[in-house]
Amino acid sequence: MTMHRRRVWAIVRKESREYRRNRSIVVTMAIIPLLFSVQPLVAVLSLAHSEALAHEHVLLYMLGIPTLVPLFVAAYAVAGERAQGSLEPVLTTPIPREEFLLAKAVAAFVPSLIVSYAVFAVFLGIVAVFAHPGVAADVMQGSDLLVQVVFTPLLAGWSIWVAIGVSTRATDVRVAQQLSLLASIPTVLVIVLFALNVIAPSVSLAVTIATGAAALLVMLNLAGWRVTSRLFDRERLITSTR
Amino acid sequence: MAGAGSTAAIAVRHLTKRFGDRLAFDDVSFEVGQGEVFGFLGPNGAGKTTTVRTLGTLLAPTSGAADVAGLPLTPANGVEIRRRIAIMPESPGLYLRLSVRENLECFADLYEVPEPAERIERALRSVNLADRAQDPCGALSKGLRQRVALARALLSEPQILFLDEPTSGLDPVAAREVHELIGGLRERGVTIFLTTHRLEEAERLCDRVAILNTTLRTIGRPDELRDQSFTRSLTVRLVAPLAQPDTVFAEPAGVTAWHQPEPATYVLAVTDPRLAGPAVTRALVAAGADVLSISESHHSLEDVYLQLVDDDPEAAAR
Repeated sequence: MTMHRRRVWAIVRKESREYRRNRSIVVTMAIIPLLFSVQPLVAVLSLAHSEALAHEHVLLYMLGIPTLVPLFVAAYAVAGERAQGSLEPVLTTPIPREEFLLAKAVAAFVPSLIVSYAVFAVFLGIVAVFAHPGVAADVMQGSDLLVQVVFTPLLAGWSIWVAIGVSTRATDVRVAQQLSLLASIPTVLVIVLFALNVIAPSVSLAVTIATGAAALLVMLNLAGWRVTSRLFDRERLITSTR
Repeated sequence: MAGAGSTAAIAVRHLTKRFGDRLAFDDVSFEVGQGEVFGFLGPNGAGKTTTVRTLGTLLAPTSGAADVAGLPLTPANGVEIRRRIAIMPESPGLYLRLSVRENLECFADLYEVPEPAERIERALRSVNLADRAQDPCGALSKGLRQRVALARALLSEPQILFLDEPTSGLDPVAAREVHELIGGLRERGVTIFLTTHRLEEAERLCDRVAILNTTLRTIGRPDELRDQSFTRSLTVRLVAPLAQPDTVFAEPAGVTAWHQPEPATYVLAVTDPRLAGPAVTRALVAAGADVLSISESHHSLEDVYLQLVDDDPEAAAR
């Protein structure tokens, strides 16, 4: 299938404009990062020495941001269009469903990534300036930083495909968000268990797990596009009651 | 079977659409000529919108075949068919947080139209919305939203324009503007497939109309349908009833039957009102009748529609 960039860009630009003017999405994009950054920040800044952090990977908490922010945004993708009655007109245009869904995913991915990395950068900046030097050094472990950088887009992508998949089947936006949230619980749980050192593998095993997880997420992201495209049933979306 | 043009813009052959056990439309066949304004009428639930959605590749037909804008209606041709047509659904379905121009920019890019800025300006001018381009669509009245939807449908300069109830909910002035716009499109040779409940609208705008009620009940020019459905007649009003109407109405040529709906009113079935009218007048004068008026009875498309739908048990049950 030949991808038409202009059609994809049309949806990406339209979505970006809508997101910026949708108070609910703007608030969600502000609150989730706050939830996932304030508590670890307070905990880190209140420590006077580094031992207290010996068994925690504080930065991993922040992977909750790229997991949850895109999920709430992408849940609007199809259910939101149906709710405002704009799905039928857009489906009467030449855009194929694969391009339509890819555009929706990109439109949710870009702001989620920007928010995640920006909050992460601000968090590191605050830790570097205000935390005890020993604590700051413990927080900013090279491996945790690498995990953060690599897994942020992979987790965001996965959340987006889950949310879009749910959105193609949900009857309204809130239901789509709630079901997407439920679907993300296993991912969030694994992150938290790693962050709390409950899952505490050896260094070599950690590298293996991280590499395996990254590879798995890459595959899931590629499969997500195809699976959601199949879930996107034009006929059912047009004819079923909202 | 097609109307104005030599090649059909739309050719539908035994098309059926079923949702599970429910039949939306059944065994529908018709053709629409290039540049024709084709009216698609029918009661609620008759299958009009489903037909539009099917021809617009949004729904797959259960059986039958069709050609739309020169292409067979198949899933493989969906993108190309949608490139050649435009559909204005009954509900405008605009992005309410975006401005009028932003809505049109999005659709201009989806259709990949050349020189989008110029096309948008032209579409806005054609629906008299050039001065509202920056307004958010959420702030517009229903009539203005309908006009934006029409501008959106015009952006790609489609070969075939499907208009699903384009004047639904519009006030008479806004409806007249839409009518004028349809007239302008007809002059530009755009084929228009118009579904409507407004029979006077169909009668005024459409070259031909079809009446659907799950199956296609009739199709033709509005005047043809009137002639097919109703015998031509003269209505005679007198000051007083005739003493011997049988004798009077037996004389004039072309009078095939008569009845008396009111004491001094007679309705005569005639073969040709222009020939029978003078003959009836002479016969009445010869009989000493005081004639108030003799007029040809006129039937509208609405009469045809009501006759078809009223006689239809499916419509009555709906």
